[in-house]
Amino acid sequence: MEKFKTLKTTAVPLPIENIDTDQIIPARFLKATDKKGFGDNVFRDWRYTKEGKLDTDFPINQPQYKGAQILVAGDNFGCGSSREHAAWAIAGYGFRVVISSFFADIFKGNALNNGLLPIQVTPEYLAQLMTGIQENPEFTITIDLENQVIDTSLGQAAFDIDPYKKVCLINGYDDIDFLLSKKAEIEKFENNRVTFA
Amino acid sequence: MTGKTLFDKVWDAHVVDSIDNGPQILYIDKHLIHEVTSPQAFNELEERGITIARPDQIVATADHNTPTVDQHLPVKDEMSRNQLSQLTRNCEKHNITLYGLGHKYNGIVHVMAPELGVTQPGMTMVCGDSHTSTHGAFGTIAFGIGTSQVGQVFASQSLLLNKPKSLRVSVNGKLAPNVLPKDVILYIISKIGTNAGTGYFCEYAGNVFEEMSMEGRMTVCNMSIEMGARGGMIAPDQTTFDYVEGRKFAPKGDAFAKAVKYWKTLPTDNDAVFDKEYHFDAADIAPMLTYGTNPGMGIKINGNIPEKGDMTFDKALEYMNFKSGAQLLDTPINYVFIGSCTNSRIEDFRIAAQYVRGKHKAANVNAWLVPGSQQVAKQLQEEGLKEVFEEAGFVLRQPGCSACLAMNDDKIPSGEYCVSTSNRNFEGRQGQGARTILASPLVAAATAIEGKIVDVTQEVLA
Repeated sequence: MEKFKTLKTTAVPLPIENIDTDQIIPARFLKATDKKGFGDNVFRDWRYTKEGKLDTDFPINQPQYKGAQILVAGDNFGCGSSREHAAWAIAGYGFRVVISSFFADIFKGNALNNGLLPIQVTPEYLAQLMTGIQENPEFTITIDLENQVIDTSLGQAAFDIDPYKKVCLINGYDDIDFLLSKKAEIEKFENNRVTFA
Repeated sequence: MTGKTLFDKVWDAHVVDSIDNGPQILYIDKHLIHEVTSPQAFNELEERGITIARPDQIVATADHNTPTVDQHLPVKDEMSRNQLSQLTRNCEKHNITLYGLGHKYNGIVHVMAPELGVTQPGMTMVCGDSHTSTHGAFGTIAFGIGTSQVGQVFASQSLLLNKPKSLRVSVNGKLAPNVLPKDVILYIISKIGTNAGTGYFCEYAGNVFEEMSMEGRMTVCNMSIEMGARGGMIAPDQTTFDYVEGRKFAPKGDAFAKAVKYWKTLPTDNDAVFDKEYHFDAADIAPMLTYGTNPGMGIKINGNIPEKGDMTFDKALEYMNFKSGAQLLDTPINYVFIGSCTNSRIEDFRIAAQYVRGKHKAANVNAWLVPGSQQVAKQLQEEGLKEVFEEAGFVLRQPGCSACLAMNDDKIPSGEYCVSTSNRNFEGRQGQGARTILASPLVAAATAIEGKIVDVTQEVLA
């Protein structure tokens, strides 16, 4: 997993609430058996018109937001299906951070397991941030994971992250490494657990 | 000391270790896998040279990306065929039991596992599918996981998790006629919203759930994720024990008696405290419909679409081509889907058949019935329900997830409404541009017969 320490970049606004994982990556694109290429189809049915043309009204497609590595989205982001393909699609497109006022549980975990940082901020801060980047596409956001701070021209905001996950992100570790290091404890537990065979 | 909840008891019995200032290691009893969310996890382990810790605690099925016609023939779509054969290869290589396409136990993972007695009270179960919450109907901690976590369970039979908070939804009183478990859960979600449960594990309590069949309880727990809860549970009782007893993987004889003794200790203690509670009166629940693009946007069948008017709400109504203040009754409907891990069990088809018997579907309607498993398909045949539906002009397909997520060819055309017994009415869920109206199997059956949405509240079923 790619390490995450700090990031300074612009952001794309997506002021829609309850963005579900079917919007992030529709089911018809889940047939691959590797993790590659999902970025091409991120928000597929919003980014393209019915005729298959790029919809230039959709923020991600607008040239002024090109190269932005942060997605700023409405409340309850990532609800719905557990498909990790949603996190692969967002990361695959080039985003490294998603900022929202609320994340669905499974998406949040999936993002963290792929080095994609979900940052939860207050609804008020989110609204200011959204306006900031809508008015000025050059609006720059700095993320400092070590100190858990977002810094913009609006001022600084602190954010929470699970301390264990923070260590994983900063060092590029994943849970498999950790769980394998606990193999003896797991086997000991297993031999004493309640079963009825 | 205050008492423990059902969730506490099962969770605490599975904690291997707690990390200071961090998550806990939770032991997983059963791991269900399917073709769509497992291949990358198998690849990951292979690349890292890690073996699968407990293949005998994994059960595999093919369901999401499978055709529902001609299952005996090679799958036409190349990518789908490849995904399915990869599952077969992975299971063979790692000695995992697979009930693949065409097998007599094949079916939607959340239908076939309970049928086989894989699902038992007091267990921890996971699957790379958010509707794993279904198995909570047995008093099981069951929840959906991402593919990285599928890999973690492969590697260690455990997961790193922070213990969720506890939530209880109580519904007491008497349900009106023709109000089904699907209506109960759609009603709850319409009241508390799609993120009220995020960060929580839910317990459903009250006489309404106590009186439900296991099929009904599964329908309710299935949709826990639609209010954001990772899982939903119902205390195991005699109904649960009777359902589990005698099934293929259920404990037998003395072992079963011992298991029941243990399962009886699991219900929430009287003095247990929940982090959040909701109470509802059963009498207020009616047959439900959704009008928007998330499962929380629900109204009573004869109700009116509310006025709200924020950007997300307006976008949803525009997508659905509905107006605030309007009713859904009499809306012409061309597609009806009875299926999915929410409502594709025998009981769902029995109630639909009660309405359909002796009638014929409206000429404009394409009515698809997709049983949840081969065993349900067999029951349909044995109980004579297949005939009832076929005489009524319904198309009975082969088991699978089908038009719930439209990964295969079972797609609703753009712009069309579909009254569906599935669990998600998201934009494009049932096909690009498709407009989903979630409802119970009874409402779906009535819609197919009438060709439009009709009020079933006064309907007397034979």
